[in-house]
Amino acid sequence: MNKPNYARPQLILLVALRVAIGWHLMYEGVVKIFQPAWSSYGYLMDSKGWFSGLFQNMAANPDLLSVVDFLNVWGLTLIGFAMITGLFSRVAKIGAMVMLLFYFVAHPPLMMADYIFPGEGSYLWVNKNLIELLAVAVLFVFPTGHIIGIDRLIYNYRKK
Amino acid sequence: MEDNNLNKENKDNKKGIGRRDVLKSLATLPVAGALLYGAFKKKQLEHYKHSELLKTLSLDTGPVEAPSIVEKRNGDTSTLRVGIIGTGGRGLYLMRSLGFIQPLWIDEWTESARINKQDTRIEMYRQMEDLNVAITGISDVFTVHRDAGLEASSNLYRAGTNGKRGEPAKVYKHYKDLLASDDIDAVVIATPDHWHADMIIDAAKAGKHIYAEKPLSLTVEETYAIERAVKENNVVFQLGHQNRQIESHLKAREVVKKNILGKITMVETFTNRNSPWGAWVYDIHPETTPQNVDWKQFLGSAPDHPFSAERFFRWRCWWDYSTGLTGDLFTHEYDVINQVLDVGIPDTASASGGIYYWKDGREVPDVLHVSYEFQKLDMNLLYSATLANSQHRKKTFFGHDAYMELDNDLVVYADRDSTRFKTAIEDGVIPTHSPMITHVPGRGSIDAISSPTEQYFAQRGLLYTYRGGQQVDTAHLHVKEWINAIRHGSPVSCGIKESVEEAITAHMGTVSYRNQKKVFWDRDKKEIVFG
Repeated sequence: MNKPNYARPQLILLVALRVAIGWHLMYEGVVKIFQPAWSSYGYLMDSKGWFSGLFQNMAANPDLLSVVDFLNVWGLTLIGFAMITGLFSRVAKIGAMVMLLFYFVAHPPLMMADYIFPGEGSYLWVNKNLIELLAVAVLFVFPTGHIIGIDRLIYNYRKK
Repeated sequence: MEDNNLNKENKDNKKGIGRRDVLKSLATLPVAGALLYGAFKKKQLEHYKHSELLKTLSLDTGPVEAPSIVEKRNGDTSTLRVGIIGTGGRGLYLMRSLGFIQPLWIDEWTESARINKQDTRIEMYRQMEDLNVAITGISDVFTVHRDAGLEASSNLYRAGTNGKRGEPAKVYKHYKDLLASDDIDAVVIATPDHWHADMIIDAAKAGKHIYAEKPLSLTVEETYAIERAVKENNVVFQLGHQNRQIESHLKAREVVKKNILGKITMVETFTNRNSPWGAWVYDIHPETTPQNVDWKQFLGSAPDHPFSAERFFRWRCWWDYSTGLTGDLFTHEYDVINQVLDVGIPDTASASGGIYYWKDGREVPDVLHVSYEFQKLDMNLLYSATLANSQHRKKTFFGHDAYMELDNDLVVYADRDSTRFKTAIEDGVIPTHSPMITHVPGRGSIDAISSPTEQYFAQRGLLYTYRGGQQVDTAHLHVKEWINAIRHGSPVSCGIKESVEEAITAHMGTVSYRNQKKVFWDRDKKEIVFG
């Protein structure tokens, strides 16, 4: 795949967006590491919409819940770190999109859905998870890790 | 300018690994470092606030753990032979808590769990401890209830309708015959309230240990006759206030002991229900006839009345058999307050209320306020009840320094004008707009809280996680405590002393309501008197 070139403002803003989303994901992960009692139980049980049964089943099974919690905490932390530093950024962005998709479908802002966990804004069908997911998708098709990021070393090393 | 940039990037891309590459590769790495530094500093700040809060509340001197709810002991493992007097709804529930369930319930719970993964009743029931009890006798005045009890008594293996059965209990037409039987060590009494006194006294005289449903009695005289019989015959007595086993109530007692609320001058407690069932308009079993109900035995010492299926099933609506709100529902509330504060019998009571909604021929009120004074404690207890609205209100304890809301969870808020916490509030260590202490089921100890997520959960009484805590049927714990007391002589939490306090307090409310007068408790004469 040909790596695109960007004008400086384009590059700065794309990198800033990547780092900001990375920060958001990594901090969500780190906070959970600091809170050993944290569990996704409540969030999963509060699921509404098309896949609510699936998410509630995850919560109801203690072994599966442990796996889900582990993947959540470390997935968020590592994906966030990778996006900030531009390391394996292609894989990281796919991971981020998958996670955000899960968050979106677990709590879709449907007309009739009424969640225990409050949203901090008002949403109908589109919410911040979806917007963040789309922003990561934009970053996926406009990659920057090979220019500003550790991927640059890998990319250039391979090229050499 | 843009062309220059593009050229530069193109050149960069072609150069292989150079100094510029390294710089650009690692340009955003410090951001990750900044994040970790920030997260660490924030955590440190929260930790500092938390430890300051613990210090201020004197919770840092050791874990605030309530004693183990029910003692586990080895030793006597012989089977306890239990007779059940009254196998209606409550009697069957208590049989279930003893490990004897109607097979239909197993079928229903299994099917429900299959459809709804959140329904853990069947799992909980299967895991419930075997108390090594045998149901050797049952007695009920209604043959349909008697047969249901009989079926449950034979379900030794907690099986569904097609499962294996054991030997059913022996049926006694009259409870006195059950009490006379040699193969019964202890009895569970789950009959209408007007029967409690006679049955408890007779059981005590027959030397049977007793688990009786609340309320203890209908009158003051009955109350002391029961107390005498239980004490003189030295039997183990437990009243069915299973709230004694609820973890948050035990924690609330610890909070009060630590004097976190300051001087408590007012407690409010409530009942809100808004359905026919909640107002004691229970279903009348379609098979009920004067032939399959022993109406004479049902009436007992109550005034004579022609057979009435309505009175038989909805007996709580009439003074002849019940004391309505005070006896049935206030006693639950009062016993929690007594469990937490050891308030004992109040000095005065004044009640007001009436039949405002359920104008169905009942005699007992459906809306009631009773205000109780505890002069030695400088405290007032308000009971506020309605059977025509279902808004849930939590028991609230008002202290000078903080107030506590108590339910299955426990939440304590500092008072903004507290003397004790004045400095801590000013320093921002103690919040006033969110809880400073919480206990939610499933977590081991009470804890001071500081993080916004925990505050959010606590304010709404939501469960933090189910993983740590195991859900247990509180009635099972309560009967287990009684059985342990019989076997090992360990204490019961709602024994005769607590039961007498419950009964007298309820009767003061009833007498005040029925006479429309403030009443006083004469501690020397043990009588309710009018000013």
